[in-house]
Amino acid sequence: MAFQGVDFYGLDTLLNEDERAVRDTVRRFVDDEVLPIIGEHYLAGKFPKQIIPLMAELGLFGANLPEEYGCAGLNNVSYGLIMQELERGDSGVRSFASVQGALVMYPIYAFGSDEQKKHWLPKLATGEAIGCFGLTEPDYGSNPSGMITTARETKDGWVLNGAKMWITNGSTAHVAIIWAKTGDIKDVKSIRGFIVPTNSKGFSSKDQHGKLSLRASDTSELVLQDVQLPKDAVLPKSGGIKSPLMCLTQARYGISWGAIGAAMACYDEAVSYAKNRVMFGHPIGGFQLQQARLAEMLTEITKAQLLCLQLGRLKDQGTMTPEQVSLAKRNNVDIATNIARETRRLLGANGILAEYQAMRHLANLESVYTYEGTHDVHTLILGQAITGLNAFGG
Amino acid sequence: MKIAVCVKRVPDTETRIKIGVDGKSIDEAGVKFILNPYDEFAVEEALRLKEKAGNGEVVVYALGSDASQETIRTTLAMGADRGVLLKTDTPSADPLPAARALAAELKSGAYDLILFGKFAIDDYHQAVGPMVAELLDLPCVTAIGHLEVNGGSAVAEREVEGGIEVVELSLPAVLSADKGLNEPRYPALKGIMAAKKKPLEVKAVTLDAGGVTLLELALPPARKEGRIVGEGPDAVTALIQALRSEAKAI
Ligand SMILES: Cc1cc2nc3c(=O)[nH]c(=O)nc-3n(C[C@H](O)[C@H](O)[C@H](O)COP(=O)(O)OP(=O)(O)OC[C@H]3O[C@@H](n4cnc5c(N)ncnc54)[C@H](O)[C@@H]3O)c2cc1C
Repeated sequence: MAFQGVDFYGLDTLLNEDERAVRDTVRRFVDDEVLPIIGEHYLAGKFPKQIIPLMAELGLFGANLPEEYGCAGLNNVSYGLIMQELERGDSGVRSFASVQGALVMYPIYAFGSDEQKKHWLPKLATGEAIGCFGLTEPDYGSNPSGMITTARETKDGWVLNGAKMWITNGSTAHVAIIWAKTGDIKDVKSIRGFIVPTNSKGFSSKDQHGKLSLRASDTSELVLQDVQLPKDAVLPKSGGIKSPLMCLTQARYGISWGAIGAAMACYDEAVSYAKNRVMFGHPIGGFQLQQARLAEMLTEITKAQLLCLQLGRLKDQGTMTPEQVSLAKRNNVDIATNIARETRRLLGANGILAEYQAMRHLANLESVYTYEGTHDVHTLILGQAITGLNAFGG
Repeated sequence: MKIAVCVKRVPDTETRIKIGVDGKSIDEAGVKFILNPYDEFAVEEALRLKEKAGNGEVVVYALGSDASQETIRTTLAMGADRGVLLKTDTPSADPLPAARALAAELKSGAYDLILFGKFAIDDYHQAVGPMVAELLDLPCVTAIGHLEVNGGSAVAEREVEGGIEVVELSLPAVLSADKGLNEPRYPALKGIMAAKKKPLEVKAVTLDAGGVTLLELALPPARKEGRIVGEGPDAVTALIQALRSEAKAI
């Protein structure tokens, strides 16, 4: 049976016709093209590359960027609904679209020159070019300002040196947005973004093996050894750690919605299992303990939906703050992880199988909990917003 | 190639239907409405014919309340060129007045083809398409599973009991689409955005009184719970026994 969504509060009436149409299109796409194949790709540890052209054809990459660059020009609520539906399929599929749109197309759009925008955005929208975003380094995760990747300006361009770790799409990408310091290693203001073709001499990538989470996604380590780039490789309007953080705000916004998708997939699975699995002569859904589980899930999903919808409206108005995004990312990923875990448990032994969705989502969400600012980091961001006191240093 | 497609807004097959207090209509509260799935095949076919011809126009007609504009826009998002809503807030349970209203509108359109779904999944009449053909004095082939258009004529295939029937027809004609005719496309996001800019004309119509009156709508009786008759090879005899004596199916 096709997925019907979870809408206990009639929130569909708060969406306009376009928003619903976009959501329904992506919902159908996920039912038809993602769910039938995702389990086997997850087990094989492979991103389903064959869906890239289909996603591009639907316009899922950078869907909230303007039409003049070949994008769909949707509002941010529609964009959020796309992320929600993709992650109902799998966090790896949503991650792919998040990286392509929010972490590669967005920085080129926001910090790029006209030439860079005209050259790259249409190719990225059609999936002809795949991108990745290299910020995290082996020794600098939650504290990216400390990065030691460098970009030295030469007579005719730039030379990049350094290593990036945990890079989604890293081995698939044709182009990498690399963040590097152009000045002293202590000079955070000197951080700038570079457009680096992955076939540049000195650029190499290596798949990170042994993942128990986000298995249907390419996660790689990048090494840049004397990578020579032309002068126009730099994103001219990027400057300081604020630039990559602006990209992360875009991606985190999408993740807040995405987490609802994963939570809805699990809840849906839990409800249908609870109604059908008979134990002690009753469907387990008739036992109070399981009902408490389901009631908790529905409550948290509904709260998360309301949070995201308002966040999206604020983003469309242009008044959304990064701290508001932190609150939503922190809350929604956390509740989604709990819902996935409770569903897994409700399903008993079946809950550990790849044939069901819950454990795949649960394992995936542990990555989502960590990337794009760990849960703890968002707690600190909120703590600072509340008190005005910075607690990052200890 | 100028093609008209007539579409209807119907409740989603997976919605749980409740009957309204009047006992004659569906309670629309909380019901999700969709483009009638068979009409979706008709729209897809029209788009493919136009794309193959390299020119032409696909015009989509719906008869219904303002809410049907959304249904038309779904087809515009798929790629249809423009839409016309024949607006009425008092729908008729009789297919004939609907067919008359559509025929009156389609008459002057100079269409090469007028496509319908083989039936609307809400009322199952299977009547409006053939009635429009009759009213316009056009050839009609229903429930087609394959279509090949060559200039002024076409060859259509329809599934009949135990086989395939192949028919030739001259254009203009009225056809109704069956499942399997094609694989309808999803409205892409750009299509959804473009749909807002495409023309959608709203024309008020008054349906004449038909000869059929709807008296009552009733839900089918609730299905009895299933029963496991046994396990392993033993189950076979028990099942045969149950099918014979209880269900009287064999
Ligand atoms: C599957 C996956 C895909 C990823 N994709 C990308 C990508 O595409 N591009 C990219 O640049 N990065 C990517 N990342 C990296 C991700 O953003 C980092 O893993 C994340 O920022 C955390 O960094 P870390 O792993 O080094 O953990 P650390 O920063 O070492 O954190 C370890 C623990 O310490 C806690 N901690 C850290 N600082 C504090 C503090 N001040 N106070 C209290 N607790 C603290 C953390 O919350 C965490 O629990 C990806 C990660 C994963 C797992």
